[in-house]
Amino acid sequence: MSKSDPLSPDVLIIGGGNAALTAAITARENGASVSILEAAPKPYRGGNSRHTRNFRCMHAGPLGMLTDTYGEDEYYEDLLKVTKGKTDPELAKLAIRSSEECYCWMEAHGVRFQPSLSGTLSLSRTNAFFLGGGKALVNAYYAQAEDLGVKIHYDAPVRHLQIEEGKVVHVDAELSGEKQQYTPKNVVVSSGGFQADLDWLTDAWGPAARNFLIRGTPYNRGVVLRDLLDQDIESVGDPTQCHAVAIDGRAPKFDGGIVTRLDCVPFSIVVNKHGERFYDEGEDVWPKRYAIWGRLVAAQPDQVGHAIIDSKSLELFMPSVFRPIKADTVEALAKELELPESKLRQTIDTYNSACKPGDFHPTELDGLATTGIEPSKTNWARPIDTSPFYAYSLRPGVTFTYLGLKVDQNARVSSSNGPMQNLWAAGEIMAGSILGQGYLAGFGMTIGTVFGRIAGREAAAHV
Amino acid sequence: MSDQALAGLNSDDRTIAEARRQMEICNACRYCEGYCSAFPALTRLRAFEDSDITQIANLCHNCRGCYYACQYTAPHEFDINLPQALADVRLESWERFVWPSGLAQLFHRHAWATTIATVLGFAVLFLVIRLLSTVGGEGFYAVLSHTAMVSIFLPAFLLPLISIVLGLQQYWAEVGGTRPTIKQVMGAFIQAANMKNLDGGHGEGCNFEHEDRYSDARRYAHQAVMYGFLLCFAATSVGTLLHYVFDMPAPYPLFSLPKLSGISGGLSLTAGCGWMLMLKSKSDKSLSSRQAYNAECAFIALLGFVGLSGLVLYWLGGTQSMPTLLAIHLGAVLAFFLLTPFTKMAHGFFRLAALVREEQQRDVG
Ligand SMILES: Cc1cc2nc3c(=O)[nH]c(=O)nc-3n(C[C@H](O)[C@H](O)[C@H](O)COP(=O)(O)OP(=O)(O)OC[C@H]3O[C@@H](n4cnc5c(N)ncnc54)[C@H](O)[C@@H]3O)c2cc1C
Ligand code: SF4
Ligand code: SF4
Repeated sequence: MSKSDPLSPDVLIIGGGNAALTAAITARENGASVSILEAAPKPYRGGNSRHTRNFRCMHAGPLGMLTDTYGEDEYYEDLLKVTKGKTDPELAKLAIRSSEECYCWMEAHGVRFQPSLSGTLSLSRTNAFFLGGGKALVNAYYAQAEDLGVKIHYDAPVRHLQIEEGKVVHVDAELSGEKQQYTPKNVVVSSGGFQADLDWLTDAWGPAARNFLIRGTPYNRGVVLRDLLDQDIESVGDPTQCHAVAIDGRAPKFDGGIVTRLDCVPFSIVVNKHGERFYDEGEDVWPKRYAIWGRLVAAQPDQVGHAIIDSKSLELFMPSVFRPIKADTVEALAKELELPESKLRQTIDTYNSACKPGDFHPTELDGLATTGIEPSKTNWARPIDTSPFYAYSLRPGVTFTYLGLKVDQNARVSSSNGPMQNLWAAGEIMAGSILGQGYLAGFGMTIGTVFGRIAGREAAAHV
Repeated sequence: MSDQALAGLNSDDRTIAEARRQMEICNACRYCEGYCSAFPALTRLRAFEDSDITQIANLCHNCRGCYYACQYTAPHEFDINLPQALADVRLESWERFVWPSGLAQLFHRHAWATTIATVLGFAVLFLVIRLLSTVGGEGFYAVLSHTAMVSIFLPAFLLPLISIVLGLQQYWAEVGGTRPTIKQVMGAFIQAANMKNLDGGHGEGCNFEHEDRYSDARRYAHQAVMYGFLLCFAATSVGTLLHYVFDMPAPYPLFSLPKLSGISGGLSLTAGCGWMLMLKSKSDKSLSSRQAYNAECAFIALLGFVGLSGLVLYWLGGTQSMPTLLAIHLGAVLAFFLLTPFTKMAHGFFRLAALVREEQQRDVG
């Protein structure tokens, strides 16, 4: 088949987010002919990458917008803390070490950075923020890829990769609804996790998952992942787990993105639908507790929680997309939230009388704790007594799933019979290799960029 | 806000309510903070009064960076189109502030007709004046005496100025401005002079004519227009000074201050306007105020025509066609002055005021 046959590119990239684009650009720059199959239509191109804001970047000294230094050891320790050791040290260190050169690579390929956003100063040393966010990054990469001559197809979901004797022999896709069979020399899969497939989530997590909201794209349904796992490709990561945070219950089912996050929990009490508290809201500073509240809420009846504050605390946290529910009395608030009025009254009274006088410091652990109640609130415990009262309803919002493909240092995928000859993986679909548990802000884009570039380089080198 | 509540509002309030809805989403997101000065002004606040929205809208210069970067544009249900929402607020604020306010609306609704009619009307007027009077001057003044020119153009110059000053006063009152310091005014002028914000916060310009790709074209075109205009204006001012103070009436030789600045200014103005019209025609119309698009094009065309007719007049000044050309050129100049307060030209003044106010608010915290 000739090199110009559109159905037989040197490298076929499956997916259209950060990992796919960095792989496509790298493979093309290394001389391969490249096609991208992106499941989403053009306005929604870019998967979850379009919702991101920064990537975590090692640096030996000030680098662009990044202040101070952030060395390999500190970065690795931060990773160990969140994963509790569930990582592949070799791959993790490769990702960390390569992140530094990514900064310049990204700039050279059209990504622009900005100082860390107001309200996120704590990240100015470790995370580089994209000007305009992830969609601007994705736009820049698509423009680069087009200029380089990469063929891009939107509305082009892949259904099946036919694997024979350690090799992908053809790829079945649908281009704008029409079946197409590709016979590429090499394939890079970068089609994200399966979190948008609620049936799969429900199989893994249980019926509660029906009530979960999906923070990112509806197109990451794990079709390619499942297809490969069914064909004996090696996997990694806990198949039953997903990363979930507590977000505003009024968020859209999909694609609500960053604006649905709620930062009010530390200054609130959170009750379930019976009007009862269930966890220490002031356990630690919010960035460190942000990620556990998804699970906490998921474990409550109907997967819902209600964070309640009074007017003293209204302006202590970042504004969010929907206005809070507001009422002049606790009873009226309970009515709005459809909570048992007397029970909520009782919960708040009990909590209020457990609060002790002391100095309140919203930005640090202030030790202002309750006494004699269970669960206690160990910081920022001020009585909720100043009308008007406000509430935000919380639901679990899924960011990503952990199950993925196992890869080696060259991003190469293996079957039980050994390494695949022409299949590489990058991004969320292999992130479980490195991130077995927990999450480190900005690490998803780092993994995608590092392994996208490796996969692109390797795929181009093996044509 | 519910559709029902929205339906109960008049158009100004609806425009403001829509901008507020979008700004609240932006404030929860902040991804676009680095693009321009509208965003830092926005994220400093938690709730947006109507006057805050007017002020922030006048800080926006419609570069569109935030539109192409936005993960919430249609078909997403949040339906963000901040460049358009702010352009609508801006337009309505000028219509409200500039006196007499009905004229602005008239111009925005029937821009091309108003512009062409005004230019032709004045041109014919000048020709008629010429026929009715016999003057003994030289060159251009043989067509229209210097006194006649001054008595027509001085009011034509002052009226719009008064109108804009009144408008600015209202603007200043609405946004709660205080007496500006020299430093604040300087700060605003420096920003405007190099059009800092048109570099898009990363030095590569706007997303104007190439969708999501950045380009500096709009900044350069805008600068060509602005400096061209200022040079032409300088030429006229120097001419007036020479006439009255140094008793050196026109015509001037080629290597004189009025001629040199007039010709270079005219070239820059004509080319800049042409370029700008081309960029505008390539840009996505739904990202600025739909109502204002025609008015903006008509106005840019008029400005370009002022430059062009001036150049042609210079070229063919010694020929038979001079009187007609002069009448058309003067008609265009007069139309330009009189229409100024109701056009995109007013944006320069309001934008400057907004920048001064932004300096004040940054000073406060
Ligand atoms: C709201 C939100 C905010 C986030 N913020 C950050 C952040 O600031 N920093 C950070 O590092 N990480 C962040 N993350 C995580 C980050 O989004 C991911 O780690 C990263 O985007 C993964 O990149 P990817 O290219 O692997 O996947 P994606 O960007 O999700 O791309 C997957 C692509 O595959 C396509 N696809 C799926 N199935 C198919 C198929 N069958 N055929 C063809 N194409 C298919 C999809 O349409 C999509 O284009 C955030 C996630 C969310 C949800
Ligand atoms: S325009 Fe969109 S991406 Fe930019 S700040 Fe607003 S909501 Fe965020
Ligand atoms: S269009 Fe440009 S100037 Fe206007 S708000 Fe958006 S980024 Fe700022």
